[in-house]
Amino acid sequence: MNKPVKPDDTGAILKVVGTRPIRPDGVEKVTGRAAYGADLHLPGMLIGKVKRSPHAHARIVSIDTRKALALPGVKAVMTSADMPDLAAEHYEAGESASNLKDLSANVMARGKVLYHGHAIAAVAATSNAIADQALDLIEIVYETLPHVIDVEEAMAEGAPILHDQMFTAGLSETPTKASNIATKHRLDRGDLAAGFASADVIVETRYSSAAVHQGYIEPHACVASFAADGQTQVWSSSQGHFVIRGLCAKLLKLRFSDVRVIPAEIGGGFGGKTTVYLEPLALVLSQKSGHPVKMVMTREEVFRATGPTSASVVTVKMGAKSDGTITAAQVDLKFQAGAFAGSPVGAAVMTSLACYDVANFEITGWDVVTNSPKVAAYRAPGAPNAALGVECAVDELAEKLGMDPMVFREKNAVRNGVRAPYGPVYKNIGYVETLEAIKSHPHMSIPLGPNQGRGIAAGFWFNIGGESTVNVSINEDGTAIVSTGSPDIGGSRASMAMMAAEVLGIGVEQVRPIVADTASIGFSTVTGGSRTTFATGMAVVQAAEKLVIDLKRRAAETWGVEIDQVVWQDGAAHCLQAEKAPKGALTLAALAGSAGKTGGPIATVVALNAQGAGPGFGVHVCDVEVDPETGHVTVLRYTAAQDVGKAIHPAYVEGQIQGGVAQGIGWALNEEYVFSTGGVMENAGFLDYRVPVASDLPMIDAIMVEVPNPAHPYGAKGVGEVPIVPPLAALAIAVRHATGVRMHDLPLSPSKIRAAIDANAR
Amino acid sequence: MSKQRTAAIVNGDPVEFLSDPGQTLLDVLRDELHLTGSKEGCGSGDCGACSVIMDGRLVCSCLVLAAEVEGCRVETIEGLSTGSTLHPLQQKFLDHAALQCGFCTPGILMASKALLDANPDPTESEARYWLAGNLCRCTGYDKIIKAVLDAAAELRQDRKSA
Repeated sequence: MNKPVKPDDTGAILKVVGTRPIRPDGVEKVTGRAAYGADLHLPGMLIGKVKRSPHAHARIVSIDTRKALALPGVKAVMTSADMPDLAAEHYEAGESASNLKDLSANVMARGKVLYHGHAIAAVAATSNAIADQALDLIEIVYETLPHVIDVEEAMAEGAPILHDQMFTAGLSETPTKASNIATKHRLDRGDLAAGFASADVIVETRYSSAAVHQGYIEPHACVASFAADGQTQVWSSSQGHFVIRGLCAKLLKLRFSDVRVIPAEIGGGFGGKTTVYLEPLALVLSQKSGHPVKMVMTREEVFRATGPTSASVVTVKMGAKSDGTITAAQVDLKFQAGAFAGSPVGAAVMTSLACYDVANFEITGWDVVTNSPKVAAYRAPGAPNAALGVECAVDELAEKLGMDPMVFREKNAVRNGVRAPYGPVYKNIGYVETLEAIKSHPHMSIPLGPNQGRGIAAGFWFNIGGESTVNVSINEDGTAIVSTGSPDIGGSRASMAMMAAEVLGIGVEQVRPIVADTASIGFSTVTGGSRTTFATGMAVVQAAEKLVIDLKRRAAETWGVEIDQVVWQDGAAHCLQAEKAPKGALTLAALAGSAGKTGGPIATVVALNAQGAGPGFGVHVCDVEVDPETGHVTVLRYTAAQDVGKAIHPAYVEGQIQGGVAQGIGWALNEEYVFSTGGVMENAGFLDYRVPVASDLPMIDAIMVEVPNPAHPYGAKGVGEVPIVPPLAALAIAVRHATGVRMHDLPLSPSKIRAAIDANAR
Repeated sequence: MSKQRTAAIVNGDPVEFLSDPGQTLLDVLRDELHLTGSKEGCGSGDCGACSVIMDGRLVCSCLVLAAEVEGCRVETIEGLSTGSTLHPLQQKFLDHAALQCGFCTPGILMASKALLDANPDPTESEARYWLAGNLCRCTGYDKIIKAVLDAAAELRQDRKSA
């Protein structure tokens, strides 16, 4: 077997990158010592709780908090009157921008409540029980309003309007009437009519998916301490403590330097922990009470007031010549944004045709507000919904053409040099290689039995770079500390330590990686967009490389030679003029031990805005068996191939792929927000909102295709998001082949499948 | 309402605590005994993040009233390793990269221990059904199941050579 080498002209052999060491934070996590958001206890700490709207849509007539405040043990009560009334202002936070006015009104309702569960007041008290009693004593008078949750109903003429001042952006004519459609997005190229005219076969189809939650097992949690001098500390589990700091400072008009956010371990995020819910409230309650305040959501609150991602309706019209060349595609994407504008439909528009080289297309996206929780990012936001429609349409078109869907995909696949539908020209992509990995996989030749079907689908995600700061310092004994500002949500401490160890030429166990708080390192944006191993990793490598130059200089000075006479290898400086170094190489430990004589401490910082993230492609195949009696779907086997660039720690790359697939299977088969006619989520718990459990799933075979990204020192591309994109379509297509029926509405619950089978038989 | 005094054995050590009638074992473990390794993911017995072993039986500590543990032996994640030697399950979870965020891990380890205490040689299917009450949202369970089966094999080997 070939040894792994660096994907540059040096061809250096890699010793650490590509291996599978035990993660540095592992022992803490298997012994229960790792401290998550709810695990901190401070002296004098109060418990904060939130009063939530019992209505899906209502005007707030009055709030009377006097009785609650009078209850012994209650130390503070707050409403939106205790927060600044902000103007509309956009705040960039990694993948998602927030409108601060909307965000403020989401964390604490102002004027109206817009969904069942919307926060309307909060209390801080000396115990859980007293806080609960206090919530019951808050008197609120509402004037209820008609509500709308379904995305198409919200777009319809005469729908209840959520925001009087929302006028659709992106229309050719300026609208004069308020609408629930926040924005119309549009992306097109070529001549659509001519494209369809030249097609021999056309399919027109429609697919919908329900709102689903990220479903992290750790509910949102934080502790806030607002000191008398205005200095605040927040301990919070999030995907980006700098973004928590920025949002808290902006929402409460605080100085950034006065807000120190300390990252707790995070118990899953998947995009859903890239914004604030509790932190600003805890700060206000702490300021009003003069005590630290802990706030922890219940699971029910997590479902009712955080996340989810958009319910969506996707219609696709696609035409092809009889030889299989796609000539035109028209895609329409309607996305539920929840109570405030900002669904991921923009990303859905950009990703929907990203796997296909299509000359003529028109993609339209609609961002629609509804009386449901404001959506939050969820793993490749928008892309799975879009891929459901497009990949199923591709399967329908292949079927109509009588072509193997894999061959059809290969024929129309994007390759290097093709301009992506969303603009840039693809470089160093591995889509065709990923298709080939599935095509030649033994899975494809396993025979299927009765009531069994196989589904294939592809998926795309941009992956991003962005801003990261890294400190690397060498300790007096030659071991190293790597500090980043990137929370570790799935093993990134391991990959950071590995990349530093690779450059420094030492063992990974000699590198201690930590996630530093906002006062201890420079700005780093969220762990999201599949950016951390790429962007923060790039900063780690650059910092370690700077240190190697510094170490070589120190060795050169010690030996009295020019720096070009020193090489760094296996964690030591070696002198090319052997006579100048009679004692041989200078190890990292030796150089560190005498650092005081060669210029002082050995440490450096790299702050960068990483460019050149490589887009990721995945191709999945799954086999299902459908029980014709019950409509229940059993996933028999699942294989997911993905171009990962270079797997830094292959076990955690596989883990990302397997986890994304599992979430996609849940989205396809079980998960959905079920609303009552009154607009109340009826399944706000893990018993009724059923995420996949161990007995629902087979082993998930993760195939890592490695087409290196030259912009990263070791070739890494982002990996976390792509794997959730194909499963929705892969499952729907597999069920179609198992049952002979095309299912157009997710989730593919047993009752729906049973009804479809029955209808088909009639 | 007055608090109730309860005495139990937690991870081999005698403990006494006072609790309100409505407080759960999980509340007491986390808030009174400061054993925060057991996690609350739902508070309704659906996620298994609070799994502990009570007199040899796997329970969700969020569904057990604190006062119910009077005289019981309770095993939590904090007692799984022996001194600084990890339990084979803990070691196999690390070896197989069977955790990502780690939040469900304490509960899954305790549930897995209860499984292997009762069934030293589970099939993949038996392990999957036993752990069906423990949600993990990060891993897709693949590496967790492999780690549990590998730990079971090692424990069987240890027993043979003992």
